This record gives sequence, C-alpha cells and structure tokens, in this order.
Amino acid sequence: MTAQTQQDLAATPMVEAVGVRKSFGRTEVLKGIDLTVRPGEVTCLIGPSGSGKSTFLRCINHLETIDGGRLSVNGHLVGYRQKGDRLYELKPREVAAKRREIGMVFQRFNLFPHLTAEQNIMHAPMLVRGESKKAARARAADLLERVGLAGRGHHYPAQLSGGQQQRVAIARALAMQPPLMLFDEPTSALDPELVGEVLDVMKGLAAEGMTMVVVTHEMGFAKEVADSVYFMDDGAVVESGRPADLLDDPRHERTRAFLSKVL
Amino acid sequence: MEATTLSSTTSPRTEASDPTNGRSDPADLEAVPLRHWGRWAAAAVVLYVTAAFLWSLARNPNLEWEVVGDYLFEDFVIRGVGITLMLTVVAMVIGTVGGIVVAVMRLSSNPVLRGLSWFYTWFFRGTPLLVQIIFWGFLAALYQQIEIGIPFTGVTFASFDTNAVVGPMTAAILALSLNEVAYAAEIVRGGIASVDDGQDDAASALGMTRSQAMRTITLPQAMRVIVPPMGNETVTMLKSTALVSVIGGKDLLTAVQSVYAQNYQVIPLLVVAVIWYLALTSVLSVGQYFVERRYGKGYGNASMSRRWLGLGVTR
Ligand SMILES: Nc1ncnc2c1ncn2[C@@H]1O[C@H](COP(=O)(O)OP(=O)(O)OP(=O)(O)O)[C@@H](O)[C@H]1O
Ligand SMILES: [Mg+2]
Repeated sequence: MTAQTQQDLAATPMVEAVGVRKSFGRTEVLKGIDLTVRPGEVTCLIGPSGSGKSTFLRCINHLETIDGGRLSVNGHLVGYRQKGDRLYELKPREVAAKRREIGMVFQRFNLFPHLTAEQNIMHAPMLVRGESKKAARARAADLLERVGLAGRGHHYPAQLSGGQQQRVAIARALAMQPPLMLFDEPTSALDPELVGEVLDVMKGLAAEGMTMVVVTHEMGFAKEVADSVYFMDDGAVVESGRPADLLDDPRHERTRAFLSKVL
Repeated sequence: MEATTLSSTTSPRTEASDPTNGRSDPADLEAVPLRHWGRWAAAAVVLYVTAAFLWSLARNPNLEWEVVGDYLFEDFVIRGVGITLMLTVVAMVIGTVGGIVVAVMRLSSNPVLRGLSWFYTWFFRGTPLLVQIIFWGFLAALYQQIEIGIPFTGVTFASFDTNAVVGPMTAAILALSLNEVAYAAEIVRGGIASVDDGQDDAASALGMTRSQAMRTITLPQAMRVIVPPMGNETVTMLKSTALVSVIGGKDLLTAVQSVYAQNYQVIPLLVVAVIWYLALTSVLSVGQYFVERRYGKGYGNASMSRRWLGLGVTR
C-alpha cells in the first residue's frame, strides 16, 4: 500500500480542483472546492441535499462551466487550453472530445429509450470514435457479461428493472474506455433490494483499479471501497479524509449531525 | 323502462341458478349484460335518416352516376390526382425539413436566429394560406425580375423574368411549403421539448457533439410526439392543395373545374374529386397508423406486440 501510494503521489492527479466556484444566477452553489483524486483512487462525496455535490460532479466533465478556480482532469484544464498565461475557452467540438475520457452514470440512468441495451452500449463508440459495428458489438457483449446481464442485450430499457438499467448505464459509460468514472447517486432511484447488484458492479470496477468519483448516501459502500471521503455542505468541503477517520470519528459538528441522520 | 328491463332479465336467471336444478356451479351462470334500449332506439333513428338521405342522393338524377363513372379514371383526372399528390409530397418534405431547421434555430443560443425563427412562424401562421397562395401567384407584380448576386454590391450573376421562373406550379409549391414550414416548426419544437433533459446530459457525457446528440438521440425520440400531428398535417395538406386552384395550379380541383366550366357537369365532376380526395386521405390514414407504430419502439408498444407474438421477455 505504501509503495503504491508513493508511486501515485508522483503521478499526475486524475482530478485536481483548486478553489472551484460556481454560481447559478446570484446564488453561489460552489464556494471554492479543493479536491484531489489520484489515479486508481475511489473518492466519495457525501453531504446533505442541495450542498452542490451534483453540480461539482457535472463541472468535472464540463456539463456545467465554472466561474472561478482551476479544475483539471488528467493534467488538462477542463474546458480551457492554457497558452502562456492566458486561458482560451475550448470549442464545443474539443469539449466533446475531452468528455470521451470521462464516463458518467446518472441517478435516473438516462438510458436512450429508443435503443436496446446493446445499442445503448454500442452507439457512442461507433458514432463518436468510429469503431466498427463488429468491434462495438463484441465489446458490448463483454460489458454486458461484466455487469451480469449477458443475453439481455436485445431488451429495451423499458423492459428492464431499475437495477438492470443502471448496470446497462454503467456498461454504456465503460464502452468508451474512460480512465475516470463519475457516479451521481447511482443507487438513489432504486428499490432497496436492487441497490446491492449495482454496488457490486461498482466494487468490481474499484477492485480493477478504475478511478472513480462517487456521490452517494451508501455509507457502507464508502467505508468499504473509498480511499477518501469528502463531506460537503452549503457549497463547500467541510472536511475530508480516509473513510474510517471521517465516518467513524468526524471532527466537525456539521459532519457529525449529518452522519447521525444517515447512518 | 329500467325496471321492466331488470325484471325481464332476472327471471330466467333465477331459474338457471335454481339449486334444485343441480346447476349451482358458478361457472354455469349466464351473465346478461344491461340492455341499453335508449341507445338502440337512437341508432335506429339515425340509420333510418341516413338511409333515406343516401337513397335520395343515389336516385337524384342530377348526380348522374354514369357520368361520375365515365370521368373517374379519365386522363385529365388522373393527371390532376398526380399533381395533387406531388404537391402534397413536395410541400410536406420541404415543410418537414424546413420545420426542423426553424425549430432548431428557435432552440439555439444565438438570439438573432431565435428572433428570425419566431418572426417566420408568426408571419406565416398569422396570415391565411389562401392569401399566401394568391400572393406567390402574383409575385411578378412585386418583383418583375429575379436577380442572383451579392446583395448591396450591385454584383449580379444572373437575372430572370419572374413570370418565366415562378409559374403557377412553382408558386403553388412555394406557398404550400413555406406555410407548412411554420406549422411543422411548432410541432418539431414541441417534440424536442418533450424529450427529457437527462438524454442530452447522457449524450454529452459520452462525448457526442450537439448535432450528433440532436440527430441520433433527441430527434428520434421526439419523433414519437412529432409523427401523429405531422400525419394530420399531411392529410390537411392534401386537402389544402385544392386552394391552389385559384392560381391555376393544375391540381385535381383545377382539373375538374376546367372541364365543368365547359360542359356544366358540375356536380358529377365534383363527386369525382370527392371520391379521389376520400380515397387518398384514407390511404394516408392507414400509412400513418404504421408509421406511428414504428416510432413507438421501446416504449411499450413494440414490446406489447412482440409479447403478443411470443417474442417478448423470456424471464
Ligand atoms: N440548473 C440549475 N439552475 C439553478 N440552480 C441550480 C441548478 N442546478 C442546481 N441548482 C441549485 O444548486 C444547488 C446545489 O444543487 P446540487 O444538485 O448540486 O445539490 P446536490 O448536493 O447534488 O443535492 P442532492 O443530494 O439533492 O442531489 C441547489 O440549491 C440547487 O437548487
Ligand atoms: Mg444531486
């Protein structure tokens, strides 16, 4: 572990946020977020509703623009190119190209309802990366098997349960082979008995060394899988640390109050 | 009336379920639905009146069914039907493509494009189609010459006599298409707005560009909402083509008009037109049914029919 950690410390962070700010109109939703995720790490974001977790996650792949601070993924600024001491905003096409490097899984799955599970997975690799139909189909079959849905490829999303849909959504994101995966409350819309099957897939990913940022209310998952946990409240990081420290022995009153409600 | 109905229907029932008959098994009980005598009476009256009207129509010598039969497949009628169909198809194709463009303009972040799109729809939906048709028919009165060049510079590549280029047919196509663009744009806009925002997020997160997401994710889903009203638009368009007869558009109505203007067989020739219009709109309605079914894919429609065919979920 220590050898690994030292090696990771030397590597470029996968995600690095310094003083990230974001406002919607007059309300400031992110008030200077600092966060670092190293390659291979799993980072969990927890916090009460409206604290800005989703907004921050969406900033990481530039679904939202930021109003201040610096945010970089894999050493590249998100949405900008630095030339000398100037930042130039990227063209929409360039932003789209950057997003291929970041997979995202949504609370409400957002599968494409007019495509089958297999087509959902094959669509972006073929359209965006020009992959051949044969290669895309082969990978879709692999991924479906990996998320435990082998043979379900011809089903439309409406014919799948919530847990199955979310697993297809994870497979769809993985099909672009991103080095970083973002999860926004991936199990919050699921019936309790379906949560486990999705968390199991995510644990598998973590075990394979995928870098993940996960917004979640599943404290058991955070404790078991996360390398670090960030507690956010009111647009700021209140405290962060290793899950055992932060979840079992929080230093701040607000963290303690929040944890006593969800645990 | 209700009371007598009840007593007359319940008496045989009590006999049938009489336990001494040995037929107490509930499966043997006969369920007699409530009879709606009022509805039967109303239906009979309506049928009687309709039959009387049809009879008088059929026997009306002014209708001259033999004349109708003679003209139904005459060359000039068939040609008119062809032109009516051509106008419908061309106007709907241009109208739909243009409608998508105007709708996407309306949803763009460029305020000039948004304003232009709004103005277009406002103008073309705010004036009667008949007026627009006459306007295009008399285009030459507004511009004698049509010039192709660079505006405001005096550079001209080509110049045409308006009447030579914009004949009645072109004027008819222009009028019908440009009008349809405005209506189609509103329908397409409603369809796009009906697609969940999360779809756009998911498409963007996968690295699709805005146009890729629009073409492959948003529009195909919007089709479900767009297709049914566009089917109605097509039927309406087929009928609206008759309006171009005011500028001599050579469509079905113009064709029969020009013949009855000479032989005064007004009613039989109009009946010929009516028969063709009804036949064409009926065929369109059947086509619409199948197109709607195709775009219902993935939303339960397809799965229902597949399950019915035994191809459904195998869990
Ligand atoms: N598009 C938007 N326009 C305006 N305000 C927004 C928008 N998106 C989010 N907000 C506001 O920003 C704040 C943070 O929202 P966000 O969704 O990031 O919270 P969250 O921590 O993810 O909450 P939850 O646990 O409920 O998902 C909220 O007050 C929300 O109302
Ligand atoms: Mg959220």
